Amino acid sequence: MASFWEYANPLKFMRTTERVLPFITFAAVVCFVGGLIWGFFFTPDDYRQGSTVKIFYIHVPSAMMAINIWVMMLVTSLIWIVRRHHVSALAARAAAPIGAVMTLVALITGAIWGQPMWGTWWAWDPRLTSFLILFLFYLGYMALWAAIDDDDTAADLTAVLCLVGSVFALLSRYAVNFWNQGLHQAASLSLDKEENVADVFWYPALVCIAGFVLLFVALVIIRTNTEIRARRMRALMARERQA
Amino acid sequence: MSALLIRDLRLAMRAGGGFGLGLSFFLIVVVLIPFGVGPETALLSKIAPGVLWVAALLACLLSLDRIFALDFEDGSLDLLATSPLPLEGVAAVKALAHWLTTGLPLVLAAPVLGLLMSLPMAGFGPIVLSLLLGTPALSVIGAFGAALTVGIKRGGLLLSLLVLPLYVPTLIFGAEVARRGAEGQDYMTPLLMLAGISAAALALLPFASAAVLRVNLR
Amino acid sequence: MMPDLGKYAAEVLSAYGVSLALIFGLIWLSLARARRVKAELAEVEGRRQKNG
Repeated sequence: MASFWEYANPLKFMRTTERVLPFITFAAVVCFVGGLIWGFFFTPDDYRQGSTVKIFYIHVPSAMMAINIWVMMLVTSLIWIVRRHHVSALAARAAAPIGAVMTLVALITGAIWGQPMWGTWWAWDPRLTSFLILFLFYLGYMALWAAIDDDDTAADLTAVLCLVGSVFALLSRYAVNFWNQGLHQAASLSLDKEENVADVFWYPALVCIAGFVLLFVALVIIRTNTEIRARRMRALMARERQA
Repeated sequence: MSALLIRDLRLAMRAGGGFGLGLSFFLIVVVLIPFGVGPETALLSKIAPGVLWVAALLACLLSLDRIFALDFEDGSLDLLATSPLPLEGVAAVKALAHWLTTGLPLVLAAPVLGLLMSLPMAGFGPIVLSLLLGTPALSVIGAFGAALTVGIKRGGLLLSLLVLPLYVPTLIFGAEVARRGAEGQDYMTPLLMLAGISAAALALLPFASAAVLRVNLR
Repeated sequence: MMPDLGKYAAEVLSAYGVSLALIFGLIWLSLARARRVKAELAEVEGRRQKNG
């Protein structure tokens, strides 16, 4: 069994991932399209929420991905700091825009669902607020990557930002919880989830979640390979200019 | 270390940068608010604590990019990095200098601006206390952001984008202390949280700033 | 065969529309950039081979 760290070699990483990519893409498309079609066409309406319950087949997976992608970026940033594997840093860079889009999707679907259900597009509910803050963190992280020319410097700086940002994101989560309870005690806008989700809603939701995860994996592979190529190209161009 | 502090303070005074500028910005923002929301005293006194906190935060932000940028450009940061002084210490001292020239004046000016915003009598103590405890955190967090963007030309906007999300917890607890104080409620819990954030930021972030500075000086 | 979405049809459809548009936009951008970078790299590599 080869060591996991073999994949730190960019060429090895690219060769292996491009071999498995078609299968992952296929599975992603099947789960993503299948899950959404199942959810959209073949599930009953909720007796209280009506057909808006269908929004959750997008909302819940994207919200989960929004958080998990940040965690993945944190892990890859740590690997970059400790072991200095370029692939790791580039994977974090490749994942950030996907995370930002997922956060945006979660926010927008949430707002559209909230309009008829809560009677408002936006409420400063702790959960909503923390997602907005998470979105800002994604934006800052991506902006820092884009602003620095040197690859290694950018990787180092964004890795530290990801670390510090994670601590502050967590802190904001608790601060926001505290802050809103302080503001209005009575209003509790919780999405009644796990307790009363019936199987008819749960199975298509599971397929959708699998679809989003696989889609993310496929996209990260594609984007990481792009970043590896772009990096190599920059290195070659620099060498050409010197010659 | 104290020599560095004194040098930084003297530079800030002479360049006319942080010292007066942050304070005047604070004043202007607070003066603009009534034009925006109307001169109703009841409304103003209700939003006063939050407005003062947000304005102080923005005023703090204004002078952040000066913390390292000037020293980076003229090369004195390289000298500091090779000096026997640990870079962590340099980062901490720079943040302290920023706080003394920006944060502390804001704390002292807050009661006066509180009058303009018709802050309730009970709110004056808490707003000063919360700013006193919170602005050091703003300075060290800001120093971290400044260290991140020091190598980037025209990094000011990026600096704000990076630093503002990091300011959220401090702002929430600080403004909560001021608001509860103004409404005559007990504000011990957010005050302790605010103090905790400041203490943790003071203890840990200089290390992150120094690490980032090393990368930028490489 | 459109399911009956009741009075919330607009909300559900717009939620799906916006989300899918965003996600497909991301996929399209990723693929386009992947193709472009791949072609550019091949060109640079080719140039390098020619010049030795």
